[in-house]
Amino acid sequence: MLEIKNIVKKYSNHRALDNVSITVPKGSIFGLLGPNGAGKTTLIRIINQISAPDSGEIFFDGEKLQPKHIERIGYLPEERGLYKKMKIGEQMLYLAQLKGLKKKDASHRIKHWFEKLEIQSWWDKRVEDLSKGMQQKVQFVATIVHEPDLIILDEPFSGFDPVNAQIIQNEIIELNRKGATVIYSTHRMESIEALCDDIALINRSEKILEGSVKDIKQSYRNQTFKISYSSMEGARGEIDEIPFIDIIRHTTAQDTKEAVVKIHDDKTLNDILLLLIPKVTIHQIIEIIPSMHDIFIEKVTLSKN
Amino acid sequence: MNKILLIIRREYLSRVRKRSFLLTTFLVPLFFIGMYIGVFYLTKKSFEDTHGIVHVIDRGGEISKSLKNNKNLTFTVSNRELQQEIETLEDEAENTNLLIIPDDFLRTRYVELLSSGKPNINTQSEIKNQLQEIIRAHEYARMGLNVDSVRNINDKIQITTKEISETGDTKESHTEVAMGIAMALSVLVYLSLFLYGAQVMRGIIEEKTSRVVEIIISSVKPFQLMMGKIFGIGLVGLTQFILWIILTAALTSVATAFIINTSGVTPEEISALAGSKDQLPETNAAMDIIAAFDSINVTELLICFFIFFLGGYFLYSGLFAAVGSAVDSETEATQFTMPITMPLLLTYVLSFGVLINDPHGSIATWLSFIPFTSPIAMLVRVPFGVPTWQIIVSALLLFGGFLVTTWVAARIYKVGILMHGKKASFKEIVKWFTYKQ
Repeated sequence: MLEIKNIVKKYSNHRALDNVSITVPKGSIFGLLGPNGAGKTTLIRIINQISAPDSGEIFFDGEKLQPKHIERIGYLPEERGLYKKMKIGEQMLYLAQLKGLKKKDASHRIKHWFEKLEIQSWWDKRVEDLSKGMQQKVQFVATIVHEPDLIILDEPFSGFDPVNAQIIQNEIIELNRKGATVIYSTHRMESIEALCDDIALINRSEKILEGSVKDIKQSYRNQTFKISYSSMEGARGEIDEIPFIDIIRHTTAQDTKEAVVKIHDDKTLNDILLLLIPKVTIHQIIEIIPSMHDIFIEKVTLSKN
Repeated sequence: MNKILLIIRREYLSRVRKRSFLLTTFLVPLFFIGMYIGVFYLTKKSFEDTHGIVHVIDRGGEISKSLKNNKNLTFTVSNRELQQEIETLEDEAENTNLLIIPDDFLRTRYVELLSSGKPNINTQSEIKNQLQEIIRAHEYARMGLNVDSVRNINDKIQITTKEISETGDTKESHTEVAMGIAMALSVLVYLSLFLYGAQVMRGIIEEKTSRVVEIIISSVKPFQLMMGKIFGIGLVGLTQFILWIILTAALTSVATAFIINTSGVTPEEISALAGSKDQLPETNAAMDIIAAFDSINVTELLICFFIFFLGGYFLYSGLFAAVGSAVDSETEATQFTMPITMPLLLTYVLSFGVLINDPHGSIATWLSFIPFTSPIAMLVRVPFGVPTWQIIVSALLLFGGFLVTTWVAARIYKVGILMHGKKASFKEIVKWFTYKQ
């Protein structure tokens, strides 16, 4: 859907983006991650053609990015804003028409979305009379009303209560299912695993990680397991007697014990099981795969040093 | 619909629908009409009040016989003592006076006038005129001249000023009227350039601080948004001016009819009030004024007004837009609007002196060609008659200036609207200007 090639953006005293290349697959929900000030917003603005890169190219659906593509993109900026004194309905119509919709179509679709989100009664209200969360909802409609092929959401859940965040998340997933590609920019990791197929991690103006969530997590597996067990009758039955493992955490609760262990790189789980089986009763073994959160923190701290 | 038209439409409608727009549109003409009626009544009243009573203590006893009563003054010769008169004078109504003529008046030409209130200027000059007449009659008689034949010498001269236009025709010039119109235009253009320029700036600051700008410019180019705003507000200005002209014209005729009907004053009297100096009895003052206005080409003036007002507005609103994009609040904007509007302020101040007194001098001519000053300077000159080629060249230069300022402003605007919390300085703005677009 979107191919970003070697983008460089310089401001007078620093580089906001340094040779960043990212590929956003069609039909995916793509997480654009990175700490504050990493360059996410700069990149998003370049995709939206709000600012131009110093060098590099972007291809939209195979074509070089051009002004005509603007109508196929829906953008929810991190810093939200609407005209405070304007009535909601009028404002929605205006924004939709600016995205190239005809007035009649725009009106029809806005009403459809207002019904769907149960906010029809807001049509004649002014923005300044709405709460922040309500404004966010209106703004979300403005972002997607022209049925864009590419939806770019910059921190879409900030300002929402959990109930409304869930509603919006469901809408995003539904839009994606209907064919829209979604770029989801955030520095909060909680929703990434539930929502995203692919991610790119930007830190200090550079891309430091890119790929599908599944692959990334696979590559970060490091033979760490949680083993629940209890001592066997007649045996001493302690896990710390076993070689080839490092015990990260060990807890005892009544009759079951739990240990988080990292198996040495030259051994497999099978090797360890062979050693364990004669000594303890195994109840459960779960592989511990690092969360995106852990990976994020690890990568960002690593690149700092 | 074209996107820039959509923007213009929103900017226009959102302002025209505001209560404050309706209020100023209707109140300003009412204010002018109110002034018009107020001035009329005050003038009328001041004429009524001039009627004064003058008690005369004539020590010689001869002079008072020659004082004549007229519609403004009534003289009564008093036989009472001075002290007595002064005491009664204190209780008298306004504009009651005590004139003391000493017995050697014809030699000293000295009198004293005591008044119950502040001495009325008209009363003073009336008394002075009458006394002068008495002295004159006395002197003529002493020299043995016939008073009547001296008085009948016709020494009245009428000067009609005409100026030679380019085509060699002569036309009557009416400098005072031209000056009045020039000053009115200067004030009007100066105020409205500021008013509408500031509206552009405020609109941009509002979009910037409410952050709605990022959404808009993800749909249209920043340049389109800026120009849409400038055009939209320009249209608001035009609408307001046209409504003012129509409303003022309508209300004035209503008010005039009202004054004539209710006060029993004839139109001639109104004209006389307006003219107020009819030294030439054979010239009807009303005709004079009408002729004066005829000498001004109203169509030309209106066309020039709209060209130079709009030209000036476009030139300056671009700069105001750049300032608006650079700052986060209106208070912060002052440091930038001051230097930008200096040429305008300078011309405005000059227009009341140099430009009006010497509308075809080199300062006035130069200022009327420089785009930053021409909106005011040219309009001040137009009522005095300016060659058409000068108007056209000046308008073209103004248009060129508009293109340059808009180009500069757009580059600054583009960067500025997305800058938050950074205190803008001139150095910073120059840097923005040089950013790769």
